[in-house]
Amino acid sequence: MELDRNGLLKLYKTMATIRHFEERGIPETGQRGMSASVHSSAGQEAVPTGMCANLNDDDYIGSTHRGHGHCIAKGVDPKLMMAELFGRATGPNKGKGGSMHISDMSKGMLGTNGVVGASIPLAVGAGLTSKVLGLSRVAVAFFGDGASSQGVLHESMNLASVWKLPVIFLCENNGYAMSTPSEYAVSTTHVSDRASGYDMPGIHVDGMDVFAVYDASAQAVARARSGEGPSLIEAETYRYYGHTVFDVPTTYRSKEEEDHWRGRDPLQHFRNTVIPQGDITAEELDQIDAEAEALMEEAVKYADESPLPDAVELYDDVYVDYPKDMMKRGVNMTV
Amino acid sequence: MTTTLQTTGTREIQFREAVNECLRQEMERDETVIIMGEEIAGGAGREDQGIEDAWGGPFRTTVGLIQQFGRDRVLDTPLSEAAFIGAAIGASSTGLRAVAELMFVDFIGVCMDQLVNNAAKMRYMFGGQVKVPFTMMTRIGAGFGAAAQHSESYYSIFSHIPGLKGVVPSDAYTAKGLLAACIRDDDPIVFFEHKGLYGSTSLVPEEPYVLPLGKARTVREGTDVTLVGISKMTWTANDAATELAKEGINCEVIDLLSVSPIDYDHINESVRRTHRLIVVDEDTPVCSMASEICSRVAEEVFDYLDAPPSRVTAPHTPVPYSRAMENEYMPNEIRVVNAVKKLLNR
Repeated sequence: MELDRNGLLKLYKTMATIRHFEERGIPETGQRGMSASVHSSAGQEAVPTGMCANLNDDDYIGSTHRGHGHCIAKGVDPKLMMAELFGRATGPNKGKGGSMHISDMSKGMLGTNGVVGASIPLAVGAGLTSKVLGLSRVAVAFFGDGASSQGVLHESMNLASVWKLPVIFLCENNGYAMSTPSEYAVSTTHVSDRASGYDMPGIHVDGMDVFAVYDASAQAVARARSGEGPSLIEAETYRYYGHTVFDVPTTYRSKEEEDHWRGRDPLQHFRNTVIPQGDITAEELDQIDAEAEALMEEAVKYADESPLPDAVELYDDVYVDYPKDMMKRGVNMTV
Repeated sequence: MTTTLQTTGTREIQFREAVNECLRQEMERDETVIIMGEEIAGGAGREDQGIEDAWGGPFRTTVGLIQQFGRDRVLDTPLSEAAFIGAAIGASSTGLRAVAELMFVDFIGVCMDQLVNNAAKMRYMFGGQVKVPFTMMTRIGAGFGAAAQHSESYYSIFSHIPGLKGVVPSDAYTAKGLLAACIRDDDPIVFFEHKGLYGSTSLVPEEPYVLPLGKARTVREGTDVTLVGISKMTWTANDAATELAKEGINCEVIDLLSVSPIDYDHINESVRRTHRLIVVDEDTPVCSMASEICSRVAEEVFDYLDAPPSRVTAPHTPVPYSRAMENEYMPNEIRVVNAVKKLLNR
């Protein structure tokens, strides 16, 4: 852990921004009738924050359906993300993607992804590009405990290991794939145990502790950048809310369990660790929280005031080059 | 028997050689082009034993590439289609032009998600932020006693998906020019090689060239009926046309070459003159290229038609193993001849 004061404040700012984005953005999106595709990552902030603090803009990440935190930690503008959630033309995806497809290629953000596990080989491919072109970029595949049972993860870990690619497989084990507990669905004690099957380091960390995630990530990123190949990190974390806004979490987990994890809150853990060291004050962190809250107010306003896409943009960007006439829906309908 | 579809040029080479030559020239031309797949070179990891290229692909289409371009650009993969097709898509969206080979199109089930949900949709979902210049080479075609899991001609499945393009070369000339077009194009494309065409020869220029994507070509002019052939079926259609010519029936034969986009203008123009259409398609009939083309022609040039747009396809069955049944499965020259005569009431 070699973070200076600014580095530490940046960690907290990232976590606070994610938390406020989730707490404000998801209900606001719901109020605009578009809640079907949004998944809150509140509670999981330490994982993308600790990892992405080790990355540069030209490093790549592949993300999941629960990907707002990954986007923010990788540097995507929360105002533009809010616009995307509201289906506005000013979103990074121009309103074509929504929560489950937010991408920003200028930030190395290869997209949140609506198919569980589907972004994992994309990150492997980004790692391959880095290797073939002789660059020092790394790629991170974020995935959950649910995706850890997908065949494509296992194929991708094997492939990245065979080719010694600069890839980090980062499992955010939040305990549940929808309502199915990971202790039921994952055959090993830890997802990180899978690493030994692919001849790579498997690191198990407390995903509520941003410093632990930061350190494990630093180790894996260093290994990737030096050409030694991939790593698997499992960060044990917790989502404070349901899979989406449509499930009631207490139908599959206890209130006591939720309270236990909320008692281990990653932002509070940061405060408990850093403030006693004397260099950073509670007031400074309160100020960061207030700024994050204000940013969301601004983001909601920005998104609401942004134009909706023109309906005929439906036809744009399906291809780089394709005859429009081929896209019409039948002889009596025009494009 | 049709001996060639291409009538200009000076040098005759096989389809398989044309594919190989194209890959070599495109990799020389652009160092961001890489190729990966199962057995692309073969013998990976045995360099210390002097092995470089065990066989260069099961059909020898990638032979010799590894000696020239090395193991960073010619990648033998584990048997992990979801991972390596997905990785090729990821590489193509981050600065490379990746070509990946799916050994047979029948294996698409194990990696379809990557092709459909990532390759085809990324540009759209991302609001145009990314290009995915990815080419998937794969093999189609029955007639070899390879049974149901190594013989299908599943191009229509890909044609159905917005965001993907598809190319069906019919000879060495179109294989070389269209594969170059696929590799240089900025959209994801599936390039379908018919196993029955690898040994076929045609006149092919030595220098690199690019044929336009989405364009059909007329390989035989005629006045009585338009036959649209797809891949190897263009040869079958042309053979039937040769037979029918002996009876005074003049067939126009169009080589489709692209299953997405489909060159309807070219087909419609022909049908306006011949007033009859038969699509000759080795794929099964339901929701096929043949039904798609018939439907669109009926919508757009109905008034010019003197007979129902018709299809000669495989039956709605898997491909059988025994020759006795596989011959019955194939849409052959005789079936095309009979279909033409039926449309003409002859």
